[in-house]
Amino acid sequence: MSTAETRATYKQADYKSDVKPIWCPGCGDYHVLMSFGRAFAQLNLPPEKIAVISGIGCSSRIPAYTNCYGFHGVHGRSLALAAGLKVTRPDLTVVVASGDGDGYSIGGNHFLHACRRNIDMTYVVMDNHIYGMTKGQPSPTTEPEFDTALSPGGTGVRPFHPLVVALASGANFVARCFSGNPNETADVLVEAIRHPGFSFIEILSPCVTFRPDEKNWKDMVHAAPVAATNDPGKAARRIMTDDGFNIGILYRGNRTPFQPAAGTTKFDLSDLEKDFEL
Amino acid sequence: MSKNPDAPKVSNLNDLLAVAYQIEIDAVDRYKLLADQMETHNNLELVKIFRDLARAEGIHGEEIRRLAGDFDVAGRAREIAKFGKGDSPEEADLGSAHYLMTPWHALQLSLVGEQRALAYFTSIVETAKDPKVKEMAAELMEEEAEHVQLVHRLLKRYPKPSDTWADDLDPPVSQE
Repeated sequence: MSTAETRATYKQADYKSDVKPIWCPGCGDYHVLMSFGRAFAQLNLPPEKIAVISGIGCSSRIPAYTNCYGFHGVHGRSLALAAGLKVTRPDLTVVVASGDGDGYSIGGNHFLHACRRNIDMTYVVMDNHIYGMTKGQPSPTTEPEFDTALSPGGTGVRPFHPLVVALASGANFVARCFSGNPNETADVLVEAIRHPGFSFIEILSPCVTFRPDEKNWKDMVHAAPVAATNDPGKAARRIMTDDGFNIGILYRGNRTPFQPAAGTTKFDLSDLEKDFEL
Repeated sequence: MSKNPDAPKVSNLNDLLAVAYQIEIDAVDRYKLLADQMETHNNLELVKIFRDLARAEGIHGEEIRRLAGDFDVAGRAREIAKFGKGDSPEEADLGSAHYLMTPWHALQLSLVGEQRALAYFTSIVETAKDPKVKEMAAELMEEEAEHVQLVHRLLKRYPKPSDTWADDLDPPVSQE
């Protein structure tokens, strides 16, 4: 866990900014925002020692709604930004927020390499199986038969399997949550932040506007029947054969996080300026 | 002590007051959030209703704090008042919100919350060993029962809308 020393007692409300969310009423992301606050409060982290980094999309609006440091970055590049921040400021708790479009499509390549590098940060993907902000296009996790005006007859394309991809790529902690269980999600977030290395949490977060069928998720999710394993092969087999609604911590690895030693590079800003001189 | 395995356990009067206080404060926060959502989506009638509900729950919370005297109900609540995986009894279901929802829908959310709180305090009355806890839980149970009746009375003013309540001739997100 990479946090500063804690002094005061923080409450969930201490992590909430004055900016009012503009998500659609009924959106699962409201609950995820709550879970962030509850998890940070449980860890008693000073808000100024947390950085919430995001890309583009509905879910990526989340840094503005927290009272922590935040960076609303470029589409799909949240992990690259977060990795740079974490290696230079290992004292910060870095939490990265994304959606299934931003994280698995535009940012898919960064996802693979963030898992592989295993930098100590927590990656939260609010997965609603659709591009919400851009009005309902199929995302990498959309079911092949999902039939809309934008994908007549469905895409026919096999969905991306983020949890297994994360395992295969080297993520050190893998979990699946449901936004409608905010206390449970907060508890998993606490575990993910505490776990060394790259922690990945997929949060099933319904898009009530473009996927009203996802309101049924609350009746479909269920606790994972077995405890988390530290065997990535076993975890991958379980996840590949589950129904996609197993909730809980599914894998806890023991890889050593990547963290360059601070101060090993002697660097003078004027050297960089010289390189850019015309 | 409660039949709900996810509900916080209450073994003395101060803990009961702390949980009761947190239930009201959670409701206040949730109604304020829903009011903000409705304000963003220009559903002004619902803004007023949710703010009124938040105000009412806030008054109940303050009454409980007064009952607790010098005891720090808010601090104790943070330690013990956690309702399992999800929401506390009077937190309206965020997933049921809709930008075109009507007063009837808001009151339905409120009714469910009051009924859940009633069930919670009833379960404490039925299982409490400490007579002081039982007595206070009975008072709280009666209050919640009154709130349930109040919401039923309000619902007579706001009948169920037609099935087309969510139709929007100028939808903000139309693709078809």
